[in-house]
Amino acid sequence: MAADTSRYVEKIAGRGLPLRGQDIDTDRILPARYLKCVTFEDLETHVFEDDRQQLEARGAIHPFSNPAYQGAKVLIVNRNFGCGSSREHAPQGIQRWGVSAVLGESFSEIFFGNSLALGMPCLTLSAEDIERLMQAVEANPRAELAVDLSSQRVDVDGKRYRATLPEGARDALMNGSWDATGLLLDRFDEVRKVAASLPYVQGF
Amino acid sequence: MGQTLLQKVWDHHAVRKLPSGQTQLFVGLHLIHEVTSPQAFDMLRARGGKVAFPERTFATVDHIVPTLDQRRPFLDVLAEEMMTAIEKNCREFGIPLYGLDSADQGIVHVIGPELGLTQPGMTIACGDSHTSTHGAFGAIAFGIGTSHVRDVLASQCLAMDPLKVRRITVNGALRPGVYAKDVILEIIRRLGVKGGAGYAYEYGGEAIDRMTMDERMTICNMSIEGAARAGYVNPDKTTFAYVEGRTFAPKGDAFSRARSWWASLASDADAVYDEVVLLDGNAIEPTVTWGINPGQSVGISENLPSPDDMPDADKSSVAEALEFMSFRSGMPIAGTKIDVAFIGSCTNSRLSDLREAARIVKGQRVAPHVKALAVPGSQSVRRAAEQEGLDKVFMQAGFEWRGAGCSMCLGMNPDQLQGRQICASSSNRNFKGRQGSPTGRTLLMSPAMVAAAAIAGEVVDVRRIIQREEVHA
Repeated sequence: MAADTSRYVEKIAGRGLPLRGQDIDTDRILPARYLKCVTFEDLETHVFEDDRQQLEARGAIHPFSNPAYQGAKVLIVNRNFGCGSSREHAPQGIQRWGVSAVLGESFSEIFFGNSLALGMPCLTLSAEDIERLMQAVEANPRAELAVDLSSQRVDVDGKRYRATLPEGARDALMNGSWDATGLLLDRFDEVRKVAASLPYVQGF
Repeated sequence: MGQTLLQKVWDHHAVRKLPSGQTQLFVGLHLIHEVTSPQAFDMLRARGGKVAFPERTFATVDHIVPTLDQRRPFLDVLAEEMMTAIEKNCREFGIPLYGLDSADQGIVHVIGPELGLTQPGMTIACGDSHTSTHGAFGAIAFGIGTSHVRDVLASQCLAMDPLKVRRITVNGALRPGVYAKDVILEIIRRLGVKGGAGYAYEYGGEAIDRMTMDERMTICNMSIEGAARAGYVNPDKTTFAYVEGRTFAPKGDAFSRARSWWASLASDADAVYDEVVLLDGNAIEPTVTWGINPGQSVGISENLPSPDDMPDADKSSVAEALEFMSFRSGMPIAGTKIDVAFIGSCTNSRLSDLREAARIVKGQRVAPHVKALAVPGSQSVRRAAEQEGLDKVFMQAGFEWRGAGCSMCLGMNPDQLQGRQICASSSNRNFKGRQGSPTGRTLLMSPAMVAAAAIAGEVVDVRRIIQREEVHA
């Protein structure tokens, strides 16, 4: 199978979007009423819709509504981001909004896996470095972040931060195999062999 | 050295090691529903693919199904469009669909076990995070996103990272008025909403051993709320007795052979765990969430925490939750006035849940200011409950008795909170906006506690009612 280089994800450069908060769940990222759809189109318009409106009603502004962060490519979050529902609509909405990489203290496994399947890396940094990055972007929203998967680092304003992701996910992104269908069908005779070895598939 | 059930089941289903280091894992049972599958079928179609094992794939409808008026076409055109899509997709790809016209329709995590589709030793995937429910049977079951649904449709496989196993032993016996729901809320409170990341939870010990399958399903269902993608109980006599005789269960000699295989999969006595946690079942009391994630809970006799009592990392979460809920630190959870009572969801909508709640409301009246819903998890639960007259008990008490579906657990059908309403709910998530109103508030608790709150109009200790019952008996 010829490699599709357009799928290689290695370097992401762009402005940042700091989103503070622990345990931000996928119901907040994409409220359930917008899951009533048979495509993923237009989901970006509903990302954090309820949080955005509630802040607006109080005269505050949500980072996703803040004009300073429009066009940002690198979302910066805290702990256990994307917990709760397995809805892929959440990373779909974030990606369609314009985000290409997420940096956080930690991620829910399902959110991490769903993002990987979309070619959107979620990299982990220490809580201290996340705080420093958030402050740097808040002080200068125009600052360019350079995320590099191969060296596992983020550069901004001449400072360098360590940003890691598990080797398997990193390889899958860098060699374009994050869309796993092809890989899983590659040696289908082995799949049949496993199925044939399972007592319950064979009716005991 | 002994092995855990997770290791044994994993090894049976491992196809190969992928270049990434992940394992290609065969999925023994793929369950699908109307919300997370339409895009997966479209992706499959766009690639000219077909469903690799349609005979290992089963569909139902639950999330968007109205529980009051189920006539087609639905009044909600978006919901109708989703129904039409799953019907068309299942027809086109040869997948059995338990739709509204089927006597077996219901919440996907209720009907899988009911039909005997869910069996020990399987790997089970579904585009829904509460797939962990099926682990109650000694299966390895986990939720996936839509792109993974596409992968499983196309290949019956997933690329998975290995999971560690945390053994959670609950010793002792639960006191009257304390239920499986209280146990899992206590576990999540203790280990945290991100404590299970990277782990499967193995639940065991005396309290779990004594539990019915319904109760074990409640426990495993909420594993994901503690960040454990999968949770399981080793299969035993209770498991085998539940499965025997169900539609898709092996029959006759095949059942005997199945039972031996299933028994062999249980974790060995000398299995090595990555971590072990002990809980005392006797010490658990009815538990209620007060915040915006399922780990933010207190025992019914406790007061709400203050951000000042918390470690630095949790201070902001507690403050945010108190503010959203309009609750004060130090106030008791008991006495909190409710507007809505909801008994249902994949966590607590099975026959035993309804029986326990009905026992509390029998001969009582729902408080005048409370809207109360009892929503069976499947059409088959509904029929069984009606045969026992539970529908009448609920309706005479002022509950609405509904059709099967996810209902008010999440805002995808007409059953939704309005404005700032507070809901005593037997469901699994108290996230902001979860029950349909962006500002609605959810208090998670057991079905019996919901029933007691519906009658009192406020959060009360169900043990007081049960004790009174026993005195009169």
